[in-house]
Amino acid sequence: MPKLTIEDLEKLRERAKKQTFLREATDYRAKITVHMGTCGIAAGAREIMNAFLKELQERDITDVLLTNSGCAGLCSREPMATIEIKGQAPVKYVDLTPEKVKEIFEKHVLGGEIVKNYALGIGSEKTDY
Amino acid sequence: MEDLSLHILDVAENSLAAKATRVVIRLEEDTQANTLRLTIEDNGQGMDKETLKKAVDPFFTTKQTRRVGLGLSLLAQAAHETGGQFFIESKPGWGTKVVAIFKTDHWDLKPLGDIGQTMLTLILGHPEVEIVFILRRDDKESIFSTEEVKSKLNGLPLNSPRAIPLIMNHINKVMNL
Repeated sequence: MPKLTIEDLEKLRERAKKQTFLREATDYRAKITVHMGTCGIAAGAREIMNAFLKELQERDITDVLLTNSGCAGLCSREPMATIEIKGQAPVKYVDLTPEKVKEIFEKHVLGGEIVKNYALGIGSEKTDY
Repeated sequence: MEDLSLHILDVAENSLAAKATRVVIRLEEDTQANTLRLTIEDNGQGMDKETLKKAVDPFFTTKQTRRVGLGLSLLAQAAHETGGQFFIESKPGWGTKVVAIFKTDHWDLKPLGDIGQTMLTLILGHPEVEIVFILRRDDKESIFSTEEVKSKLNGLPLNSPRAIPLIMNHINKVMNL
Protein backbone atom coordinates (compact mmCIF):
# COMPACT_ATOMS: atom_id res chain seq x y z
CA MET A 1 0.00 0.00 0.00
CA PRO A 2 1.44 3.42 -0.94
CA LYS A 3 2.25 5.89 1.79
CA LEU A 4 -0.53 8.15 2.97
CA THR A 5 0.00 11.75 1.92
CA ILE A 6 -1.22 14.83 3.74
CA GLU A 7 -3.91 15.15 1.08
CA ASP A 8 -5.12 11.63 1.76
CA LEU A 9 -5.35 12.41 5.44
CA GLU A 10 -7.28 15.57 4.64
CA LYS A 11 -9.73 13.54 2.62
CA LEU A 12 -10.15 11.03 5.40
CA ARG A 13 -10.70 13.86 7.83
CA GLU A 14 -13.33 15.41 5.59
CA ARG A 15 -15.11 12.10 5.23
CA ALA A 16 -15.09 11.47 8.96
CA LYS A 17 -16.35 14.99 9.58
CA LYS A 18 -19.22 14.46 7.17
CA GLN A 19 -20.26 11.34 9.00
CA THR A 20 -19.97 13.04 12.36
CA PHE A 21 -22.16 15.79 11.04
CA LEU A 22 -24.82 13.34 9.95
CA ARG A 23 -24.78 11.75 13.35
CA GLU A 24 -24.97 15.06 15.13
CA ALA A 25 -27.46 16.67 12.80
CA THR A 26 -30.28 16.25 15.27
CA ASP A 27 -28.19 17.26 18.21
CA TYR A 28 -27.54 20.98 17.93
CA ARG A 29 -25.89 22.90 20.70
CA ALA A 30 -27.62 26.15 19.76
CA LYS A 31 -30.47 27.36 17.60
CA ILE A 32 -30.62 30.75 15.91
CA THR A 33 -34.01 31.90 14.64
CA VAL A 34 -34.22 35.02 12.50
CA HIS A 35 -37.71 36.54 12.46
CA MET A 36 -38.81 36.73 8.85
CA GLY A 37 -42.23 38.39 8.84
CA THR A 38 -43.07 41.21 6.43
CA CYS A 39 -41.83 43.67 9.05
CA GLY A 40 -38.58 41.79 9.55
CA ILE A 41 -37.91 41.40 5.84
CA ALA A 42 -38.57 45.10 5.18
CA ALA A 43 -36.18 45.99 8.01
CA GLY A 44 -33.34 43.81 6.71
CA ALA A 45 -33.87 40.34 8.20
CA ARG A 46 -32.46 38.60 5.15
CA GLU A 47 -29.20 40.46 5.58
CA ILE A 48 -29.15 39.37 9.24
CA MET A 49 -29.72 35.75 8.24
CA ASN A 50 -26.85 36.11 5.82
CA ALA A 51 -24.58 37.56 8.51
CA PHE A 52 -25.24 34.57 10.82
CA LEU A 53 -24.67 32.22 7.92
CA LYS A 54 -21.33 33.88 7.20
CA GLU A 55 -20.22 33.33 10.80
CA LEU A 56 -21.18 29.65 10.62
CA GLN A 57 -19.42 29.13 7.34
CA GLU A 58 -16.25 31.02 8.16
CA ARG A 59 -15.84 29.09 11.37
CA ASP A 60 -16.98 25.81 9.84
CA ILE A 61 -19.56 25.27 12.57
CA THR A 62 -22.03 22.48 11.93
CA ASP A 63 -23.75 21.99 15.28
CA VAL A 64 -25.61 25.30 15.35
CA LEU A 65 -29.00 25.35 13.64
CA LEU A 66 -29.89 28.48 11.68
CA THR A 67 -33.53 28.88 10.79
CA ASN A 68 -36.28 31.49 10.48
CA SER A 69 -39.78 32.10 11.73
CA GLY A 70 -42.56 34.63 11.36
CA CYS A 71 -43.27 37.96 12.98
CA ALA A 72 -42.72 37.97 16.74
CA GLY A 73 -45.12 40.86 17.32
CA LEU A 74 -42.57 43.62 17.89
CA CYS A 75 -42.38 45.01 14.37
CA SER A 76 -40.81 48.30 15.43
CA ARG A 77 -37.78 46.50 16.86
CA GLU A 78 -36.99 44.43 13.77
CA PRO A 79 -34.72 42.92 12.56
CA MET A 80 -34.84 40.45 15.43
CA ALA A 81 -33.32 37.07 16.18
CA THR A 82 -33.77 34.57 18.98
CA ILE A 83 -30.81 32.60 20.30
CA GLU A 84 -31.38 29.41 22.23
CA ILE A 85 -28.40 27.70 23.76
CA LYS A 86 -29.30 24.13 24.57
CA GLY A 87 -30.74 23.86 28.06
CA GLN A 88 -31.05 27.64 28.50
CA ALA A 89 -33.91 30.10 28.10
CA PRO A 90 -34.17 31.76 24.67
CA VAL A 91 -32.90 35.33 24.33
CA LYS A 92 -34.40 37.79 21.84
CA TYR A 93 -32.13 40.34 20.21
CA VAL A 94 -33.61 43.45 18.61
CA ASP A 95 -32.63 46.25 16.17
CA LEU A 96 -29.97 44.03 14.66
CA THR A 97 -27.23 44.97 12.22
CA PRO A 98 -24.60 42.66 10.67
CA GLU A 99 -22.02 44.16 13.08
CA LYS A 100 -24.16 43.31 16.10
CA VAL A 101 -24.65 39.81 14.71
CA LYS A 102 -20.91 39.25 14.68
CA GLU A 103 -20.61 40.31 18.31
CA ILE A 104 -23.63 38.26 19.42
CA PHE A 105 -22.33 35.23 17.60
CA GLU A 106 -18.91 35.44 19.21
CA LYS A 107 -20.06 36.26 22.73
CA HIS A 108 -23.35 34.42 23.08
CA VAL A 109 -23.42 31.54 20.59
CA LEU A 110 -19.77 30.62 21.02
CA GLY A 111 -19.01 32.04 24.47
CA GLY A 112 -22.35 31.52 26.21
CA GLU A 113 -22.43 35.10 27.46
CA ILE A 114 -25.62 37.09 26.72
CA VAL A 115 -24.98 40.45 25.03
CA LYS A 116 -27.23 42.48 27.29
CA ASN A 117 -26.98 45.71 25.31
CA TYR A 118 -28.71 44.23 22.29
CA ALA A 119 -31.15 41.95 24.08
CA LEU A 120 -34.81 42.90 24.15
CA GLY A 121 -34.95 43.12 27.89
CA ILE A 122 -33.44 41.83 31.00
CA GLY A 123 -35.31 41.96 34.28
CA SER A 124 -34.25 45.00 36.25
CA GLU A 125 -37.22 45.57 38.53
CA LYS A 126 -36.80 44.31 42.04
CA THR A 127 -39.67 43.00 44.10
CA ASP A 128 -40.02 43.17 47.81
CA TYR A 129 -40.71 39.88 49.40
CA MET B 1 -39.61 46.49 0.48
CA GLU B 2 -36.68 47.62 -1.56
CA ASP B 3 -36.74 45.05 -4.32
CA LEU B 4 -38.76 42.23 -5.83
CA SER B 5 -36.65 39.47 -4.29
CA LEU B 6 -37.74 40.67 -0.83
CA HIS B 7 -41.41 40.64 -1.89
CA ILE B 8 -40.91 37.08 -3.13
CA LEU B 9 -39.36 36.03 0.19
CA ASP B 10 -42.22 37.64 2.07
CA VAL B 11 -45.06 36.11 0.07
CA ALA B 12 -43.39 32.69 -0.07
CA GLU B 13 -43.10 32.79 3.73
CA ASN B 14 -46.92 33.08 3.73
CA SER B 15 -47.09 29.84 1.73
CA LEU B 16 -44.87 28.11 4.24
CA ALA B 17 -46.91 29.45 7.14
CA ALA B 18 -49.94 27.92 5.38
CA LYS B 19 -48.21 24.52 5.68
CA ALA B 20 -47.32 24.13 2.02
CA THR B 21 -45.04 21.22 1.15
CA ARG B 22 -44.34 22.57 -2.32
CA VAL B 23 -43.87 26.15 -3.45
CA VAL B 24 -43.30 27.09 -7.08
CA ILE B 25 -42.01 30.57 -7.85
CA ARG B 26 -42.04 31.74 -11.45
CA LEU B 27 -40.56 34.88 -12.96
CA GLU B 28 -41.50 35.28 -16.60
CA GLU B 29 -40.28 38.19 -18.64
CA ASP B 30 -41.80 39.02 -22.00
CA THR B 31 -39.46 41.49 -23.69
CA GLN B 32 -41.97 42.16 -26.51
CA ALA B 33 -44.84 43.04 -24.24
CA ASN B 34 -42.54 44.65 -21.63
CA THR B 35 -44.01 42.64 -18.82
CA LEU B 36 -42.61 40.70 -15.92
CA ARG B 37 -44.98 38.18 -14.43
CA LEU B 38 -44.34 36.85 -10.94
CA THR B 39 -46.30 33.79 -9.84
CA ILE B 40 -46.05 32.18 -6.42
CA GLU B 41 -48.04 28.99 -6.18
CA ASP B 42 -48.33 26.70 -3.18
CA ASN B 43 -50.20 23.61 -2.05
CA GLY B 44 -50.85 25.02 1.41
CA GLN B 45 -54.15 25.16 3.22
CA GLY B 46 -55.62 27.87 0.97
CA MET B 47 -58.19 30.52 1.84
CA ASP B 48 -61.97 30.53 1.81
CA LYS B 49 -63.88 33.21 -0.15
CA GLU B 50 -64.26 35.54 2.81
CA THR B 51 -60.56 35.45 3.69
CA LEU B 52 -59.55 35.81 0.05
CA LYS B 53 -61.63 38.99 -0.29
CA LYS B 54 -59.74 40.55 2.58
CA ALA B 55 -56.28 39.21 1.71
CA VAL B 56 -54.97 42.43 0.15
CA ASP B 57 -56.52 44.65 2.79
CA PRO B 58 -53.56 45.98 4.80
CA PHE B 59 -55.71 46.03 7.92
CA PHE B 60 -56.51 42.36 7.70
CA THR B 61 -54.29 39.56 8.93
CA THR B 62 -54.78 36.03 10.19
CA LYS B 63 -51.77 36.35 12.46
CA GLN B 64 -52.15 36.59 16.19
CA THR B 65 -48.99 38.60 16.77
CA ARG B 66 -50.12 41.89 15.19
CA ARG B 67 -53.14 43.57 13.68
CA VAL B 68 -51.93 44.57 10.22
CA GLY B 69 -51.07 42.39 7.24
CA LEU B 70 -48.94 44.26 4.76
CA GLY B 71 -47.25 41.52 2.73
CA LEU B 72 -49.75 40.98 -0.07
CA SER B 73 -50.92 44.60 -0.10
CA LEU B 74 -47.34 45.82 -0.58
CA LEU B 75 -46.79 43.41 -3.47
CA ALA B 76 -50.09 44.46 -5.06
CA GLN B 77 -49.06 48.10 -4.69
CA ALA B 78 -45.64 47.42 -6.24
CA ALA B 79 -47.34 45.86 -9.29
CA HIS B 80 -50.01 48.55 -9.61
CA GLU B 81 -47.43 51.32 -9.38
CA THR B 82 -45.91 50.09 -12.65
CA GLY B 83 -49.29 49.98 -14.37
CA GLY B 84 -49.43 46.24 -13.83
CA GLN B 85 -51.93 43.87 -12.29
CA PHE B 86 -52.31 41.71 -9.24
CA PHE B 87 -54.58 38.81 -8.44
CA ILE B 88 -54.92 35.81 -6.16
CA GLU B 89 -56.63 32.49 -6.63
CA SER B 90 -57.17 30.29 -3.62
CA LYS B 91 -59.32 27.47 -2.39
CA PRO B 92 -59.27 25.70 0.95
CA GLY B 93 -57.39 22.43 0.60
CA TRP B 94 -56.10 23.35 -2.86
CA GLY B 95 -53.55 26.03 -2.13
CA THR B 96 -52.95 29.59 -3.22
CA LYS B 97 -51.65 31.23 -6.37
CA VAL B 98 -50.48 34.83 -6.24
CA VAL B 99 -49.81 36.61 -9.53
CA ALA B 100 -48.23 40.03 -9.89
CA ILE B 101 -47.63 41.52 -13.32
CA PHE B 102 -45.19 44.40 -13.64
CA LYS B 103 -44.63 46.67 -16.60
CA THR B 104 -40.88 46.57 -17.19
CA ASP B 105 -40.77 49.88 -19.08
CA HIS B 106 -42.19 51.83 -16.15
CA TRP B 107 -40.07 54.13 -13.97
CA ASP B 108 -41.48 52.66 -10.81
CA LEU B 109 -40.49 49.06 -11.42
CA LYS B 110 -38.43 47.92 -8.45
CA PRO B 111 -35.10 46.21 -9.09
CA LEU B 112 -35.09 42.42 -8.99
CA GLY B 113 -32.67 42.19 -6.06
CA ASP B 114 -30.86 39.09 -4.90
CA ILE B 115 -32.97 36.05 -5.79
CA GLY B 116 -30.21 33.72 -4.61
CA GLN B 117 -30.35 35.11 -1.07
CA THR B 118 -34.13 34.85 -1.08
CA MET B 119 -34.03 31.20 -2.13
CA LEU B 120 -31.31 30.38 0.37
CA THR B 121 -33.26 32.02 3.20
CA LEU B 122 -36.40 30.07 2.29
CA ILE B 123 -34.49 26.80 2.13
CA LEU B 124 -32.64 27.32 5.42
CA GLY B 125 -35.89 28.14 7.17
CA HIS B 126 -37.80 25.24 5.65
CA PRO B 127 -35.45 22.50 4.43
CA GLU B 128 -38.31 19.98 4.40
CA VAL B 129 -40.30 21.90 1.78
CA GLU B 130 -39.83 21.44 -1.95
CA ILE B 131 -39.07 24.80 -3.49
CA VAL B 132 -38.95 25.34 -7.24
CA PHE B 133 -37.85 28.52 -8.98
CA ILE B 134 -38.45 28.98 -12.69
CA LEU B 135 -36.94 31.84 -14.63
CA ARG B 136 -38.21 32.48 -18.12
CA ARG B 137 -37.21 35.16 -20.61
CA ASP B 138 -39.26 34.95 -23.80
CA ASP B 139 -38.70 31.37 -24.97
CA LYS B 140 -35.69 30.62 -22.77
CA GLU B 141 -36.23 28.91 -19.45
CA SER B 142 -34.16 27.61 -16.57
CA ILE B 143 -35.25 25.82 -13.41
CA PHE B 144 -33.95 25.49 -9.88
CA SER B 145 -35.40 22.84 -7.63
CA THR B 146 -34.52 21.75 -4.13
CA GLU B 147 -35.29 18.16 -5.14
CA GLU B 148 -32.51 18.30 -7.70
CA VAL B 149 -30.04 19.73 -5.18
CA LYS B 150 -31.08 17.10 -2.64
CA SER B 151 -30.31 14.29 -5.08
CA LYS B 152 -26.70 15.49 -5.13
CA LEU B 153 -26.31 15.72 -1.37
CA ASN B 154 -26.25 12.00 -0.53
CA GLY B 155 -28.64 12.36 2.36
CA LEU B 156 -27.04 15.46 3.82
CA PRO B 157 -29.79 17.89 4.89
CA LEU B 158 -30.45 20.92 2.68
CA ASN B 159 -29.73 23.29 5.56
CA SER B 160 -26.36 21.81 6.40
CA PRO B 161 -23.49 24.25 5.94
CA ARG B 162 -21.92 22.05 3.29
CA ALA B 163 -25.02 22.18 1.13
CA ILE B 164 -25.07 25.96 0.92
CA PRO B 165 -22.33 26.46 -1.71
CA LEU B 166 -24.07 23.87 -3.88
CA ILE B 167 -27.42 25.65 -3.57
CA MET B 168 -25.84 29.01 -4.42
CA ASN B 169 -24.05 27.48 -7.36
CA HIS B 170 -27.29 26.10 -8.79
CA ILE B 171 -29.19 29.31 -8.27
CA ASN B 172 -26.48 31.41 -9.90
CA LYS B 173 -26.53 29.14 -12.94
CA VAL B 174 -30.29 29.54 -13.23
CA MET B 175 -30.08 33.32 -12.85
CA ASN B 176 -27.53 33.50 -15.69
CA LEU B 177 -30.22 32.61 -18.20
